Amino acid sequence: MTALDLRAARERELPARPSAHRWRRGLANSVKYGSLVIGSVLTLLPLVVIVMASFKNQREFQTTGPYDLPQALGNVENYVIAFTKGRMVDAFVNTSVILLVSITGTILIGTMTAYAIDRFDFRFKKSVVMLFLLATLVPGVTTQVATFQVVNTLGLFNSRLAPMILFMGTDIVSIYIFVQFMRGIPKELDEAATLDGANHWTIYRRVIFPLLKPAIATVVIIKGIGIYNEFYIPFLYMPSRDLGVISTSLFRFKGPFGAQWEVIAAGVIIVIIPSLIVFLLLQRYIYNGFTSGATK
Amino acid sequence: MAAASDVHPVGVAPIASDRESAPGRERRRGSLTGWRITPYLFIVIPVALLLTFTYIPVLNMFWYSVTDWDGLDKVKNFVGLDNYVRVFTREEYFRVFYVSLFYFAASFVQMAIALYYATILSFSTRFRNLFKGILFFPYLINGVAIGFIFLYFFKPGGTLDATLTAVGLEHLSQQWLGNRDIINVSLASTSVWRYTGLNFVLFLGAIQSIPGQLYEAAEIDGASRWQQFRYIIAPGIKPIIGLSFILAISGSLAVFDIPFIMTSGANGSETFVIKTIVTAFKFNKVGQASAMAVVLLLIVLLVTWVQRRLVPDEKVNLT
Repeated sequence: MTALDLRAARERELPARPSAHRWRRGLANSVKYGSLVIGSVLTLLPLVVIVMASFKNQREFQTTGPYDLPQALGNVENYVIAFTKGRMVDAFVNTSVILLVSITGTILIGTMTAYAIDRFDFRFKKSVVMLFLLATLVPGVTTQVATFQVVNTLGLFNSRLAPMILFMGTDIVSIYIFVQFMRGIPKELDEAATLDGANHWTIYRRVIFPLLKPAIATVVIIKGIGIYNEFYIPFLYMPSRDLGVISTSLFRFKGPFGAQWEVIAAGVIIVIIPSLIVFLLLQRYIYNGFTSGATK
Repeated sequence: MAAASDVHPVGVAPIASDRESAPGRERRRGSLTGWRITPYLFIVIPVALLLTFTYIPVLNMFWYSVTDWDGLDKVKNFVGLDNYVRVFTREEYFRVFYVSLFYFAASFVQMAIALYYATILSFSTRFRNLFKGILFFPYLINGVAIGFIFLYFFKPGGTLDATLTAVGLEHLSQQWLGNRDIINVSLASTSVWRYTGLNFVLFLGAIQSIPGQLYEAAEIDGASRWQQFRYIIAPGIKPIIGLSFILAISGSLAVFDIPFIMTSGANGSETFVIKTIVTAFKFNKVGQASAMAVVLLLIVLLVTWVQRRLVPDEKVNLT
């Protein structure tokens, strides 16, 4: 149907049956809002029952169903057990240290690579670019069997250095985001700084780095969320109990608390709360970060 | 890691700068000796890390894959293609492809749901940001937490059974994670819950990058919502749908977190990556595991190559 036909059809129809039109709009709206509510309920339901379970005491948990409200909403007993016996404090410390070092490293490595690739012309530049490009095609999960041997040979197994160095050394998407962004920074700025007597290091540090802030924000967000949620790498490279991060420490709840669902539920909530806070504070940046990270 | 799981690096366009025309001018400007080594100083650490943690492992993996190495022995015996033959002939190895079909199918469900919500939320809606936030949030939750949430959801007498009882369908209750015929459906649904939000936000971003005047013009011409979807939205988001579709193939082979955390691969829920990890680190068959990893790598490369041919790079640019 062409646009003209449509308009003609609409003009014929509108004056004759205004109520039918309104009725159809109303139906469309109820379908729309109805499906949004259903989607939201399906998304939230598994979370809400966990919150309820986390406030129940052991006997209460065993005698009530998932939908029965807890007797006391202020019952934080399970949270205390999760924090102390589940070693969640250690986990948060380990995760924070790894997060901080890896993100700082990723930013330095990414911005320096982008600066070198975009602003200089040097021998082997094409090969270096090719190396980085090809590496984007290699999914990390496939190579861990052999990466493990390298990490082991370097004596990094069972140390915080292993995930740190892997997070910063194998993140090509971040480098890519920086290179993309760097192209938008006019070269005239570098030239002006050179005229003022700045050397390359100063240009990188005083001109380029500050201008890359938006790209850095994107990388910090994507990378930060990724590392906080990462399970595979810490599980493989840091089996020691003292080196538990958020994911692996929570995973270890499976053994000792296997029968204590109310404690596991508290652990789950403890892990989710930081994500929720970050999400509420940085919503817009998170959406933008993932959109640009996934499509570039 | 089903479907368009994490921020996957596959849809990447060339890094190479398109402004390589000024070397002469720059060389004159920086005729100091320091100039020549500067770029190398900036790039030496990143390249060293890249070689150590990406290229050396990949090359080693190919080498291990034709040996019977156990990960410790000093001697690696060459065994030819035996390991590869086993991946495709032994039922225990080949089965993982069958399991990944569940996740592949799930990623279609996921994309359909995501597309539906992205479309209706791209029109003006009350509480739009609230709905958007709720639908997206699961993607930000730690995988282990999601594993536990759904163990609780599927456990006997858990959330799902309680819900069925509440609506009078308790006869449908069963061992959601104990029944070999159902387990992969349960796990793949968990993966849908987890990843729909990402697809949804990507689709929404693509829809919103379509100029608003197009809708206005269509509205004036009296186009219905369906017609707006069919003739404006669908063509506008074709590239991102193509990309998600392709990522679904490699994503469904690379599933690890959810089944490993929830069932450790028991009851026939073993995926390609779980099988590889177990073969390498539990049974110490590094050679065999490397062959599996090589197969997975080659499949991913093939899929990426097909994607590049079908979806030209410049089209997948939504920002």
